[in-house]
Amino acid sequence: MGIQAWTYTLVFLSFALYIGIAIRSRAKSTSDFYVAGKDVSPLANGMATAADWMSAASFISMAGLISFMGRDGSVYLLGWTGGYVLLALLLAPYLRKFGKFTVPDFVGERYYSQAARLVAVVCAIFISFTYVAGQMRGVGVVFSRFLEVDITVGVIIGMAIVFFYAVIGGMKGITYTQVAQYCVLIFAYMVPAIFISILLTGNVIPQFGFGSSLADGSGTYLLDKLDQLNRDLGFHAYTSGTKGTLDVFCITAALMVGTAGLPHVIIRFFTVPKVRDARLSAGYALLFIAILYTTAPAVAAFARTNFINTIHNTPYSEAPQWFKNWQKTGLLDWEDKNSDGVMQYFGDTGEQSASQQNEITVDRDIIVLANPEIAKLPNWVIALVAAGGLAAALSTAAGLLLVISTSISHDLLKKVLMPKIVERQELLYARLAAGAAVIIAGYFGINPPGFVAQVVAFAFGLAASSFFPIIILGIFYKRMNKEGAIAGMVSGIVFTASYIIYFKFINPTANNSENWLFGISPEGIGSLGMLINVTVALLVSKVTPAPPEEIQKMIEDIRIPGSASEIV
Amino acid sequence: MDTSRLKAYWRMNLTYVGILLIIWFTVSYGFSILFVNQLDQVRFAGFKLGFWFAQQGSIYVFVLLIFVYVFLMNRLDRKFGVAEKQGDR
Repeated sequence: MGIQAWTYTLVFLSFALYIGIAIRSRAKSTSDFYVAGKDVSPLANGMATAADWMSAASFISMAGLISFMGRDGSVYLLGWTGGYVLLALLLAPYLRKFGKFTVPDFVGERYYSQAARLVAVVCAIFISFTYVAGQMRGVGVVFSRFLEVDITVGVIIGMAIVFFYAVIGGMKGITYTQVAQYCVLIFAYMVPAIFISILLTGNVIPQFGFGSSLADGSGTYLLDKLDQLNRDLGFHAYTSGTKGTLDVFCITAALMVGTAGLPHVIIRFFTVPKVRDARLSAGYALLFIAILYTTAPAVAAFARTNFINTIHNTPYSEAPQWFKNWQKTGLLDWEDKNSDGVMQYFGDTGEQSASQQNEITVDRDIIVLANPEIAKLPNWVIALVAAGGLAAALSTAAGLLLVISTSISHDLLKKVLMPKIVERQELLYARLAAGAAVIIAGYFGINPPGFVAQVVAFAFGLAASSFFPIIILGIFYKRMNKEGAIAGMVSGIVFTASYIIYFKFINPTANNSENWLFGISPEGIGSLGMLINVTVALLVSKVTPAPPEEIQKMIEDIRIPGSASEIV
Repeated sequence: MDTSRLKAYWRMNLTYVGILLIIWFTVSYGFSILFVNQLDQVRFAGFKLGFWFAQQGSIYVFVLLIFVYVFLMNRLDRKFGVAEKQGDR
């Protein structure tokens, strides 16, 4: 079978599986729709959280980014896993004990304020929409490259699938499809990684192959070889960094704290029966995520080595088929600057003589998708990667859409605008909101605003500088009151958003380390925003009245797993 | 449950969290970012040690930290009798 036939088969089978699961898990109540009836086992929740979290960015883009950034790419690996330690130790058990439905729920009740709830609703919706547009775009790219349909058709098919199980099943449908999607995506990620590891280093486990010597009998370590290749072509050595230490520190912190503050991840810990299950499922979630995240840097190094070896100094007439396939998408290109018919690939840090002109332009996103083809793996493996990329994008999209729909039906309608609606009506509104959110997300997927890539920095920066600090303070500092929380949230967001908007939109030419505050890039500024949030919140709460007695009681109650009154 | 036992439980919890977060910080921000160049002087199979912590080791430590926390807290819950009962929701 050809690549396309295999892709159609695998994508069809995986979609049929997701729909089958969705039909079996219809939501019958708002509790089913919002938190899967709080009846998900820790193991299943761990897998669902992993699929929820690992998006098209993790599956498709991350290894590609690392492959071009080398050690500087570690910020993504550290940032997007280290946040789970914060989540498990500082948030998940307490929010589960609190036991309501959404993140704005916690903010609203802990800070006894509808204003705080509304600020949280706006943040949750903004963060989630930013993110979901990117997922829909990922779906479109996979469809257009592997199934050769138009991106628009690809996005519409993706929308239809998500619409089906998110609207029918709510959180319950999403949870069990995410479990299946995790299995599909991790299998699809590991199979090519293992194949390539064996081919390059003779080691079955990519995490070890990464540090092994090459299988060509030279006895050279893979990473030494790669450093050498990079240097020869005028790139910086793969295992060294070019970013400033403080900037790396701040970007990592913003990504970690942002991860722990993302509402679609936090909400997953509301779905398990008990506090101890919330702790355990955070452990499982990170374990399942770590399988991919420790493989990704290995894939990055393998891909970089293969890419340079196959492309550099190869006559275009002998270029492999995958090169020409990707050229059609515009994501990879060659311009014969010295008219010798041979492809030359050079970095811009080398000496720019006439013989050292770079002729290759390559989009980082294609590395994972093209990797199996570059390594000449069988057709079914290439098709598997397409199915895995779709699983990663769809599972994250569904989780985000649920946050949007619950924010609207529960926090905005039921808790603020129309408190009189009964449960059946609330469930209907939740479904309508989910349906509308799918359509809006699809629209952005087809017509992406030019700034999608830039606003992703927003999502993490905003989550880091808004939600995370006030949730932590809400649990660990009883004296924190609504005045402090609102002042903290607003100052954190305003600072972070202004900094990002200034450097990304108003004055992009100034976006370099000379103009940055303390040399911190817009990607890392969320960590400073978080510190501002905490400082302002603490100062304001000192000079304003303490929270009411019953709120302080509630905080004592969420700090222990069992109910305080029963245990006496 | 009386307040002093509640306080003792909470203090133990904070101690555990504090120690685990110190390890978390040392491995990720310390070994992988602040002292990465110094650690890179040491070789570990085909890896420079700092690079290995930045792209592999830290993640393994993160996973371990959460499971250690789960173990410690379950033991603490039992010791103080604050675990949820069967069927507690």
